[in-house]
Order: sequence, then C-alpha cells, then structure tokens
Amino acid sequence: MSVIQLAGIERVFHLGDSTVHALTHLDVGIEAGEYVAIMGPSGSGKSTLLNLLGLLDRPDAGSYHLEGRDVTTLSPDEQAAVRSRRIGFVFQSFHLVPRLTAAENIALPMMLAGIPAAERAQRVMQALKDFGLDQRADHRPDQLSGGQRQRVAIARATIMQPAVLLADEPTGNLDRATGDEVIHLLEVLNQRGMTLIIVTHDPKIGTRARRQLMMEDGELRHDSAAAPLRSADDNPPSPLSGKGGDGVSPAAPAPDTPSAAT
Amino acid sequence: MRTADVLRFARDAAAGYPLRTSLSVLAMAIGVAAVVVLTSLGDGARRYVVEQFSSLGSNLVIVLPGRSATGGFSPANAMTSTPRDLTVDDAFALTRLPSVRRVAPLTAGNSEINANGRLREVVVAGTASTYLDIRSFKMAQGHFLPEADWSRGAPVAVIGAKIQEEIFAGRPAVGELIRLGDRRLRIVGVLKATGQGVGGLNTDEIVFVPVGVAQSLFNTNSLFRVLIEARSRGEIEAVKREVTAMLKARHGEEDITVITQDAVLATFDKLLRALTAAVAGIAAISLAVAGILVMNVMLVAVTQRTAEIGLLKALGARGATIRDAFLAEAAMISLVGALTGYGLGLFGAFVLRQMYPVFPAYPPDWAVVAALVTALGTGLLFGIMPARRAARLDPVQALMKH
Ligand SMILES: Nc1ncnc2c1ncn2[C@@H]1O[C@H](COP(=O)(O)OP(=O)(O)OP(=O)(O)O)[C@@H](O)[C@H]1O
Ligand SMILES: [Mg+2]
Repeated sequence: MSVIQLAGIERVFHLGDSTVHALTHLDVGIEAGEYVAIMGPSGSGKSTLLNLLGLLDRPDAGSYHLEGRDVTTLSPDEQAAVRSRRIGFVFQSFHLVPRLTAAENIALPMMLAGIPAAERAQRVMQALKDFGLDQRADHRPDQLSGGQRQRVAIARATIMQPAVLLADEPTGNLDRATGDEVIHLLEVLNQRGMTLIIVTHDPKIGTRARRQLMMEDGELRHDSAAAPLRSADDNPPSPLSGKGGDGVSPAAPAPDTPSAAT
Repeated sequence: MRTADVLRFARDAAAGYPLRTSLSVLAMAIGVAAVVVLTSLGDGARRYVVEQFSSLGSNLVIVLPGRSATGGFSPANAMTSTPRDLTVDDAFALTRLPSVRRVAPLTAGNSEINANGRLREVVVAGTASTYLDIRSFKMAQGHFLPEADWSRGAPVAVIGAKIQEEIFAGRPAVGELIRLGDRRLRIVGVLKATGQGVGGLNTDEIVFVPVGVAQSLFNTNSLFRVLIEARSRGEIEAVKREVTAMLKARHGEEDITVITQDAVLATFDKLLRALTAAVAGIAAISLAVAGILVMNVMLVAVTQRTAEIGLLKALGARGATIRDAFLAEAAMISLVGALTGYGLGLFGAFVLRQMYPVFPAYPPDWAVVAALVTALGTGLLFGIMPARRAARLDPVQALMKH
C-alpha cells in the first residue's frame, strides 16, 4: 500500500506581481517503509514538497493521500492530529525548545497529544536509552553538542511512532562524522519499518537512499524507481555499528517501532 | 494537551524569560497594591469617623436650636437665623414623652480650672446624671453627677481622665476641691479614659458640672444641645416626631433641629464610601496600564518564540492548544502580580496602622476582590490578542524564523 500518494500537486507562491511555481505537475507515490532522498538545486522546491508532505502547507491544486486518506481536505485540527500521530519532523537546525531539557523536548509531542505524564516519562526514558542520551536527560540544548541535539530531535520526531519521518537536510549543521552517525540512526529507524524521506544536498547521503527524487524548478526531473519498490528486504543497509565517539547505543530505536509504522 | 501540562508549559515559558516576566508581574503588583492601600486609607477614614460617632452612644437623638431646612446634618444648620433658645425646662418637658428613655441637657463653654496649684483651660460641660448612661461612659473613680433638680445644681464636678492626669498627676482626685471660674466645686468622680472625641473635643479633657452650675457660670439660660436616648432603636423615629411636635407646641414654631446618630453616620458613611470608590477607580487605572503592559510582553513573547510556535505546530499542536498556552502564561503573570500586589498592599496597610494606630486602615473586601478580579481580567483580556496571533501563525513561516 502507498503510504503517500501525490497527484497533480501544484504549489504557487505570489510575490507581488511575480508568481513562483514552487511545485508543478507533481505525481509521486511512496510505499510504506521506503527510504527516499529528495535532491536538487537550491530553490527547486524540496522544502516546499516536504512541508506539504508534513501537512504544514497546503497545495494549491492536486490531491494528497496519506495512508489511503485524502488529507488535503481535512480541517486544521484534523491535520494537527495527523501530524501528531503519523508524521515526524527532523530539521536542519534541530529546533529544540531552548528552555526545556533533552527529556522534556523528547516528551513534547506526547505532551501535546495529551498522553499522561507517567507514560511519557517511561517512554522518554526508553528513548533516551535507545538514542544514547541517558546521561543527557537533564541537559538543556545549549549544553549539548550538535550531534546530541539532532539525536534529541530524532528521538522527539519518533517518540509518537509515526508512519513517516521527514528530514530536511538533517546533517546540514553537522560535521561529516556526526552527520554520518545521524544518517545511520535514521537508516536504522527505516529498517525497523518507518518510511524515511530525507531532503539533502549531499550526493553521498543521497545515494545511500534506495530511491532518489531529483527536483528542478518545482518539477520532478528524475525518479530512480520508475516503479515503486518493496524496499524492506531488498538490500538492507548494514546495522548501526555504534562506534561513534559520544556514546550512541548500538541498540538503536524503540523496539515497538515497526508495528506502528506499517 | 492536558490542562496541567498547559499550565506547566506556560509556567516554564514565563520562567524562561525572568526579566520580562518579573517586570510585568511588578507592574500588575503595583496596580493591585495601589488599590489595596488607597482603599485602606479611604475605608480607614470611614471607619474612623463611624467609630467616633458610634462612641456617642446608642439610640441617640440630638436636639439643637435652629431650624434646618433639609433636616439633614450640616454644621451651617446650627447657625441659621435667631431661634428661640432651648431651655432646661424644654429639656425637662421632653422626659415625659413616651418613646424617650432618658434626657440630658447640655450646655458648654470654656473656663479655667484651678486646682492643686495648677491652672489650665478646660471645656466645661453642664449636664445631668443621665448623661453618663446616654453616652455609655464608665467611671474610673467615684460617681457621676448626682440626681438632682436640674435648675439648682450642687457644687460638684466630674473630671475627665486626662485632667486628672495633668492636674493631680494621676492621684485619686475624688474629694479634692477645684476652682472653676469663680466657683468652688468638689470633685465627686473621674471618668474612665475613652480616647474618643468628636470635632477635636476629647471627652477626657472635659469637666462635667450640673447644668445649673454651668448656666450660672456662663451666665446663660440656653442649652447647647439636648441629648435624648430613645427606648429602642425602632423608636428613634417616634422620638424625633414627638420631640419636634412638643417643642413646636412650646415655642410656637418649629425652630429646632433633631438629628439622629443614624442620619449623621449615614451621611459620612456615604461620603467616605464614595471617596473610597473614587480612589479605587483611580488606582484601577494603573491596573489597566498593567494589563496593556502584559499584552506588550506577550506580543514580544510571541515574536520571540515564533520558531517555537512553528515547531509546536509541526509536532501536532492545534491552534487552540497554542492559544491556551499563551493565555495561561498571561493569566499566570497577572495572577502572580495580583497576589504579590495584594501582599504588598496588605503590608502597606499594616505599615499605615503602625504609624497611625487610631486609624483602622484595612482594605474593604469589595476592593480586594475587585482589584484581584480586575487584574486577572485585564491580564486575560489583553492576553487574548497575542495568544490568538500565536495560534494563527503559519507554521512554515514560523519555522523559518530563528
Ligand atoms: N513562502 C514563500 N513565499 C514565496 N516564495 C517561496 C516561499 N517558500 C518558497 N518559495 C519559493 O519557492 C521555491 C522553492 O523553495 P524551497 O524552499 O522549496 O526550495 P528548496 O529546494 O528547499 O531550496 P534549498 O535547497 O535552498 O532549501 C523557491 O523559489 C522559493 O523562493
Ligand atoms: Mg530547503
């Protein structure tokens, strides 16, 4: 089943007299559990596409089915509920709340979803362990390294066990080694069944994905998979080795992720 | 999002910007404290006056010469035209009225007291034995003026506590002789200190003598006042009617004014309540200013935390949740400010009471409730606009801000 089905998507921005076609004639289907890299030059519409997939933005035309359900027609509150339960975001600049500790940042989506504090605490503890952050639970973002911050952000994005994980240049603010670690982490999550969509400028990262979407001027120029793949058992990437210097636990993400993702 | 979580989130957000938060808390606190202190002052003045008047005695009706046009109390009424004098006979006639329990004539003037080798100016009040009960005074030593024919009067005197203090240095004074003008009088009693007085006349500094003695001392036939005690509170109006009718019959016209303590009190009470409400209103303006400050602070908070709002939306927060969080923050700032201000105001009133112990400077309940409600109300009211602005932010735009 396609977890994401876009048909005839158009997104037009009006800036004074000029109009920018950030996305045009976009038809894409993404299967559950796929690992997709969106690439292309700056301004080609990658972020616009990702925001649309994450229901932060609405298309001007076309339809978007998420897990078989037309989500473009949902009310703002219904869309918020979908974002809460089915979509995880990872940003280039982490977007952690500076006054909250790592644990509180990770708990934020559960708090917004109204999950009781006791359950939150237990799930956060598990997540901190899975992401090698148990020593950092009470640290605020400014007391964490870039890599640690992004791990907190990923823990937060996945704590609600979403179907789709969207990452907009997740390594953009990290050095090469730390960036690789973060990519590993995301890939392990994908192995466990979570659909992973990464926007990246880095061809090395892009080619690691099983499928590449090349964007240009708001159009999809190239799709490495003419027909969508059943990804999970084709060519699994090597498991996370855990040799990263700052304590990434080898036993990566939440054990119950797959059940929720597919 | 659960209510407890909304509150905790708002609290942490407010605590995350201590300077900004404490400034708006302070503004709110000053507003509330101003209301509390100013109304304490106003209501303190009201209580002070009411207490002073209450000390006149209960069920009291006062007759004074001169016709008042309105029947209300005004100092000017005491000096209209040239009415017929109130006499001791008038006063005595009033004792026969059915609703009247006691009558005390009162004539007053200044004189010199000379005793124990000391000399001082005193107020001399000529009255009768009934005066003690009408005014509910207590004796410290001896007894009050003896019951006697009002027109004659024995050469006796009762002195106030302060006079005993000053002339006899606190020694028992009963039995001592004093000279009052050209009269020699024997002290038969000393009044217990009351510390009270109306119009600057402290009852502790008065020498009481029989009304006949005072009249011959001041060479007058008229009375300054006639004090009447009604049989009950319910009969005050009847006393008023009967007294007016009887004196009209005796004088041929209505040339006296009858005032009741209730009427005097009600006038002052109304006046001072209005005054208190007025100062409360003025102080409330500072609450509105504080509310606007809270709004500004919340607008700054929304601008400063735009990225955070975008993030919350990306993480699944509904617009209503974000609105509630910001509203809760504004409410908390207002609440903490209001409570701090309440504490400050109570402390201010306490300091006032320490400085002026006779002045009962307590804030009236209505002012406290009004101040707290207004503080919270303005905080919430002015918090709505920023909160709605936050809730309506476009998440994509918001996330791009840093
Ligand atoms: N809110 C907006 N208003 C106007 N134009 C916009 C807006 N958002 C995006 N655009 C335009 O849409 C086009 C696509 O933008 P988008 O951010 O998706 O590019 P991108 O591929 O993510 O680029 P980059 O690699 O630099 O992040 C650009 O031309 C951009 O200027
Ligand atoms: Mg981009």
